[in-house]
Amino acid sequence: MSDKNAAARGPLTTLGEALADRGVSRRTFLKFASYTASILALPPTAATAIAQGLANARRQSVIWLSFQECTGCTESITRAATPSIEDLIFDFISLDYHHTLQNASGHAAEEARMAAMRENAGEYIVVVDGSVPLKDDGIYSTIAGITNLQMLEETVRDAFAVIAVGSCATFGGIPGANPNPTGAVAINEIVTDKPVINISGCPPIPEAMTGTIAYLLSFGAIPELDHLGRPKAFFGEAIHDRCYRRPFYERGMFAKSFDDEGARQGWCLFEVGCKGPVTYNACATLKWNGGTSFPIQSGHGCLGCSEPGFWDLGGFYKPLSTAKGDPLKWAAGAAVAGAAVGAASAWTARNLRSKSMKAAAAAAAAAKPATTEEKE
Amino acid sequence: MELLEFARGPALTFAITVFIAGVVFRITSLLLMWRTRDSSSGRARERPLLVAALREIGRRMWPESVYKRQTLFQLINGYVFHIGLAIIVFLLLPHILFFQDLLGIYWPHLPNNLIYAVSVITAVSLIAALMMRISNPVQRIISTFDDYFSWLVTFLPVITGLVATSHLGARYETLLGLHILSVALMLIWLPFGKLMHWFLVFVTRSQTGAHLNHRGAQL
Repeated sequence: MSDKNAAARGPLTTLGEALADRGVSRRTFLKFASYTASILALPPTAATAIAQGLANARRQSVIWLSFQECTGCTESITRAATPSIEDLIFDFISLDYHHTLQNASGHAAEEARMAAMRENAGEYIVVVDGSVPLKDDGIYSTIAGITNLQMLEETVRDAFAVIAVGSCATFGGIPGANPNPTGAVAINEIVTDKPVINISGCPPIPEAMTGTIAYLLSFGAIPELDHLGRPKAFFGEAIHDRCYRRPFYERGMFAKSFDDEGARQGWCLFEVGCKGPVTYNACATLKWNGGTSFPIQSGHGCLGCSEPGFWDLGGFYKPLSTAKGDPLKWAAGAAVAGAAVGAASAWTARNLRSKSMKAAAAAAAAAKPATTEEKE
Repeated sequence: MELLEFARGPALTFAITVFIAGVVFRITSLLLMWRTRDSSSGRARERPLLVAALREIGRRMWPESVYKRQTLFQLINGYVFHIGLAIIVFLLLPHILFFQDLLGIYWPHLPNNLIYAVSVITAVSLIAALMMRISNPVQRIISTFDDYFSWLVTFLPVITGLVATSHLGARYETLLGLHILSVALMLIWLPFGKLMHWFLVFVTRSQTGAHLNHRGAQL
């Protein structure tokens, strides 16, 4: 539509109007709504609801906070196929604060955050990637002169909802791995008075992030979550259950190394440490890079990166059925102790028997009638 | 996941430690226990000790013909679940990987689907063994807590393994955690109950054979 027509309509208040103004056709919009409904595992009829919800929604203010992280989550979301980050920023959300993507810096950037909080109090969404260090008053990570903890508490105070993206924000991730030198914690350990949606992964699947934001915009509500606070649509099933290599697991055909014949034939990677059976994510269905592939398809076992404490699960290349750590670390001591107690108990039994035998002999001697010679 | 981590880590380490200490304790105390010297001279047809021991081990693998009718089902059922347990424990790849990690040895495995079928048969066989014990008046009278608890700690790993493989009732990591915990329970109980026959069955049969042979029993 032309700028002249837009001006004639007055200020744009809804996403539907904004999209129409940008020339997005109804057909394109409905395709997007259908795709979003499908990745969220919603019934086909939900596509209409999503389309209506988005058409009537106001552009959502989003404040993205980055704490102890590697920017991998941002790298991931910028590779979202549908809706792309460009779609999100230009069509659906107003990304008012994001270190990596915003133009402003320094005081101007912080002022943008404060302005978004003032103007959208109670309605803005806070997205957080990275864990928050608590040790030593949180001095291990500061932004604009304040600790991550202060910034988080200040920003979420008037937020509508909080989305923790990436395993650092959801479960502590690598900063929180043993020995956790900074005292890193997950977001939901700090934010307890507001709904926190966890989208775990290192990094998370881009569509899981954008799809969840699209759901919030469409329905104005939190999607159904699992016991770890993750949207069931993306984290409802184990990778193992949806893995194309699964039939080889059942048939007992396992790759012995990453470059052997079995690996090339697509055999199961359980033996080389795949954590797919205990990892819940949509990698095997949505895949990455617009549905191109996922780690197991590329020949590497799942690391279990979307699960709590994945860094400390006992080794990426150790099969899941093996013991964690060294279960034989006390074996020698146990054997020596067992032998000592066994010998002691045998010696005690022998001693008791010997004593009772002597006592019996003495009793028998005492009871023995005196002989004729003794009488004389 | 926390349950699984606990099971794979501290629980298994503790169980293996108790298992090793318990087994060594039992065997040491057994070998060093007081034995009354048998001063009697052997019978005329006394065989060498080793032959007598091996004959007794072999003889007890199958019932005497006079008892065959009464004990055949029990005997066959016993073979079914013992062989089934051996197949499950030693020929399922995840179990072999556990042993390889622990002991550094590796051997061929069977397809998981086949092990699944064997597990079902083994579970049914174990239930049949329990039913026999409960329904037979004599067996019921002579059964003790040890018999029932030993049965339970044998049955639990089989059934939890089946349930975990089938993803029934709970998330896989929870079921796998329960499976490993049930194995840990069995390892802890094994040295102190009748499951110690894992190690002693051929020892005791050999001893019995040697003793009976000395007394002139026809073996």
